[in-house]
Amino acid sequence: MALSTSSNFASPDDAFRAVVEAHRGLSDEQSADLDVALVLILANHIGDLDVLREAIELAKRRMTDAGHQQQQQQQ
Amino acid sequence: MQQSKTQFGYRRHPDQERAGGNAAEHPVVVVGAGPVGLSLAIDLAQRGQRVVLLDDADRIGEGSRAICFSKRSLEFWDRLGVGDRMVDKGVVWSVGKIFHGASQLYQFNLLPEQGHKRPAFINLQQFYAEAYLVDRVRELPAIDLRWRNKVTGIEQRNDHAVLNVETPDGPYRLRAKYVVACDGARSSLRQMVGADFAGQAFEDQFLIADVRMTAEFPTERWFWFDPPFHAGRSALLHRQPDDIWRIDLQLNRYADPTVEKLPENVRPRIARMLGHEQFEFEWISLYKFQCRRMDKFIHGRVIFAGDAAHQVSPFGARGANSGLEDAENLAWKLDRVLKGTSPEQLLESYAIERSSAADENIRESTRSTDFMAPSSHQEARLRKAVLALARDTDFGKRMVNGGRLSVPSVYETPLSTADVDDWHGGPRPGASMLDAPIAAREGSAAFLTEAFIRAGMQFTLLAFANGAAVDAPEGLGVIRVGGNDDSDSPELLGVRYDASPGSAYLLRPDGYVAARFRHPTRAGIEAALARASGIN
Repeated sequence: MALSTSSNFASPDDAFRAVVEAHRGLSDEQSADLDVALVLILANHIGDLDVLREAIELAKRRMTDAGHQQQQQQQ
Repeated sequence: MQQSKTQFGYRRHPDQERAGGNAAEHPVVVVGAGPVGLSLAIDLAQRGQRVVLLDDADRIGEGSRAICFSKRSLEFWDRLGVGDRMVDKGVVWSVGKIFHGASQLYQFNLLPEQGHKRPAFINLQQFYAEAYLVDRVRELPAIDLRWRNKVTGIEQRNDHAVLNVETPDGPYRLRAKYVVACDGARSSLRQMVGADFAGQAFEDQFLIADVRMTAEFPTERWFWFDPPFHAGRSALLHRQPDDIWRIDLQLNRYADPTVEKLPENVRPRIARMLGHEQFEFEWISLYKFQCRRMDKFIHGRVIFAGDAAHQVSPFGARGANSGLEDAENLAWKLDRVLKGTSPEQLLESYAIERSSAADENIRESTRSTDFMAPSSHQEARLRKAVLALARDTDFGKRMVNGGRLSVPSVYETPLSTADVDDWHGGPRPGASMLDAPIAAREGSAAFLTEAFIRAGMQFTLLAFANGAAVDAPEGLGVIRVGGNDDSDSPELLGVRYDASPGSAYLLRPDGYVAARFRHPTRAGIEAALARASGIN
């Protein structure tokens, strides 16, 4: 696995906060625009298609899992 | 407006006098006298084959259609003896510019280096290309070109096929060892053999207009995303000979083709783009496109080539050029099989090499089309972000996809002999040869592509001298470079081929690299030659 999922930030809370604050005051539409730009910038910075694909896979798996849990809770 | 550029006469052929059960037999019948069928017939005839070429029409030149012909296609046409006419008439270009809104995002140069005989591209109306090819066909008695001969049926036998052909004088039958179907995107032979033609259809419509005007735009490919004159959509401007300009405008997917095509509706759009009304229409066409290919390119005795076998969107000039690459790939193989110097299985390598090239062309042109016409809100959002990032970043510019222009495929093929030596450059086995200046001496070839033609357009050894004689097998063309031999070795050639003294490349008759050696031996060359000939 080329994708690093160990914690890479010295202060993860600061990183999370930075993203949260970037979205503050934005409409959903603007937030979505910001997200795609961020994805493209970061993907290029990583510059490794295998890592990108693994990241996409992980993100999608989390999404399905989350959807699953939600469904179970609703039942 | 839609003038027919050239008219040809139907002539009755003695084959038509024969009774149905006694049909004339020919080694090759090529169906479709478009750029692909004509080029294939010429290549086969130059190799010594007799070719019957059938076409259901009696004229060429309904609109300019394909206009961009690649360096690779020009090098093929040089081998067919028509390259000079094409290039003399065509407009040469290598620079493309991409605009977003009113301003330029970036520009690219498709051939930034010197030392090639041919440019990256020429633009030339398809009807000129076809007319020059027909002129060349007339010089070759081995080609029997029959206009208004429409194939209406085919029967496949074990070792030949029988064609039913309809003419103004009524039907007749023809037997052919091989039939090559170059009959275009709506191929009737494809339907006759019952082959599928699956792929992706795009909803967006595009308007093509060829307009006549005198303008000072440079000879470059200009592509706009969301231009001020055509808000929210894309546009393309390209120069052709005779003061004709190709304009391509993306329309909404719900536009009514019959209404949009009317000159009075097209005129205001073009006037907005050009900022004036001093132009006349040559040709207007509205189209939707599809990216698809046949599952198998060979059905019994019928071999498919060009648009009949695969279709792409026009962005990237991958239609006609890939069809011409099919023709150059097939001609030498079919010739060897007919002469009995290679087994029939050699033809399978045509299917392998050209179907993977078709996949590559479909992938590239689908990506361009998806970028130009995003199919969801999120795709549109991604594109918007790329276009915005392209203003200040290099990576954004490189993600903007206004068409990736045709380059020859590199084949993963059983005909290649894998490298055993260490190479740090040069075309690898399966890649097409690179041109370079070769000699300055009087009367000799100036470029490698010319030397290849002089060596006979056959299996050819490109040998870089080290003082020792090359122990090449008999019957092989040889191009010697450097030393005291018949050509000089300018720096560029050696660099482009990562050559050291004694290095040698084995080139196939279509100019692709079959094998390369740092220290060639006769046995090594013979083994590679056998492999590339389908003998193993």
